[in-house]
Amino acid sequence: MTGLSVTTRDATVRYGATHALDGVTLDLAPGRIHGLLGRNGAGKTTLLSLLASFQRPDSGAVALAGRDPFEDATLMQDTCLMRATGDLAADLKVRDILRLHQTGRPRFDQGLADHLLDRFDIPRRRSLARLSRGQQSVVAATLGLASRAPLTMLDEVHLGMDAPTRQEFTEALLADFAEHPRTIIVSSHLIQEIEHVLETVTILHRGRVVLSEEADDLRTQGTTVTGRADRVEAMTRDLRVVGRRDLGPTREATVLGRPHPAWVTEADRQGLQLGAVPLQDLFIHLTSDKDAA
Amino acid sequence: MFDGRDPIYLQIAEAIRGEILTGALQEGNQVMSTTQYATTYRINPATAAKAFAELVAEEILVKQRGVGMFVAEGATSRLRAARREAFFDERLAPVVREAAALGITAAELTAYLHTHLDQEDDR
Repeated sequence: MTGLSVTTRDATVRYGATHALDGVTLDLAPGRIHGLLGRNGAGKTTLLSLLASFQRPDSGAVALAGRDPFEDATLMQDTCLMRATGDLAADLKVRDILRLHQTGRPRFDQGLADHLLDRFDIPRRRSLARLSRGQQSVVAATLGLASRAPLTMLDEVHLGMDAPTRQEFTEALLADFAEHPRTIIVSSHLIQEIEHVLETVTILHRGRVVLSEEADDLRTQGTTVTGRADRVEAMTRDLRVVGRRDLGPTREATVLGRPHPAWVTEADRQGLQLGAVPLQDLFIHLTSDKDAA
Repeated sequence: MFDGRDPIYLQIAEAIRGEILTGALQEGNQVMSTTQYATTYRINPATAAKAFAELVAEEILVKQRGVGMFVAEGATSRLRAARREAFFDERLAPVVREAAALGITAAELTAYLHTHLDQEDDR
C-alpha cells in the first residue's frame, strides 16, 4: 500500500447560510505529498474533516481509494488527521495519549514515535496541558507521522513550533516519507517553508478550489513583467493580470498562465524584465478579495 | 539554493552538473541518495529522483541497483562538450549584442579578450 487516492466531487458543506465548502472537486494521487493552502476560514479544515470522515458533505461525494470513507472501519484506520490544537485530551500524560492513539492504528510505529519524542525532548510523564505550545504541536506531529496512515493529514501542525523545530520536523517527515511512501496532505500558512516539499498545491478560497496544480508547473505559472508602464500595459492587455504595482514610471504586472515564446521574445525586445512569481505571492494574489484592476 | 523560474528538479540537475565540471564530484563517485538530497535541501524526494532521472538519461549518472547513483565514466568530457556547444550561442551572443548596443567596437572587445585570456594562461 503506497497510500490512498483522494477524490471529491462537488463536495458542499453548509453551516447555516454560509458555505464552508462550495462545490469542491479535487483529485489527489496516492503516494505523494500534497499541499492544501488557504487563508483563515477558507474551508481547509472542513475539507480535511470530510476526508477523515469526521463529517459528511451536505451534497456531493468524497472517496478514498474509490470508496466512501464514512463509517468504513477499514478506511478510517487507514486515515489520520492531526491538528496542532484541540483534538488531543489535554489532561492526559503524553505516554497515555500515545497509547490511546495506537488503538485501531495497525501501522503505528512506536520506534518512530519514541525517536521523534526523544529528538525534541518531550517529557512523556507530563500532561499535554503542561507542555509549551510548540511541544504540544510536536506531540501532534509525532502522532501524525508515526501513524504511517496511508492517508496522513497534517493540519497546521507547525503552529507554535520554533524555526529550528519546524526544520527538523520537515526533515523527519521527508526521511520517513522516502522510506514509507503514502499520501500526505499538509496544510500550512508557512508557504515558503513547505513549498519545495509539496508535489502538488491546492489553493482554497471562500470554500472553492481556485487552483490545483503540480508544484513544478506552478513555478512557471506566474510571471512578473516590469518596465515602462505604457509598454507593460500594452504587452499584458490580453493576459490575465492578477496584480499591479507602480514604482514611479515603472510598472510591475503579475500575469497568470505560461507566456508564449514569441511573446517572451517581444517583451525582451521592448526592454521588459520578466521574473518568477514565488508561490507565496501567487497565493496572495489568488486569495485577495481586492480587484486587480 | 532554489530560485529563478526553472522547476526545482532542473535546478538540482544543473547543480550536480556544475559539481562535476568543477571536479567537486569525480567520475565514479557516489552522489547522495534521493532521501539524503530530500532531507538536506528539504525538498520532496520525487523532485530529487526526477533530477537524477534527467542526468541518467544524459548518461551523466549511472544507477547501480541496490547501491546508488554514481558519476558516469566520461561524464566530465560529455558535459564539457555540451557546454562548449552552448557557449557561443547562449553565453557569448548576448554579450556581443550588449556590446553593440553600448557602442563597444570589435577592436575593444578583442583587445579585452586577448588581455584576459593571456592572464588565464599565466595562471
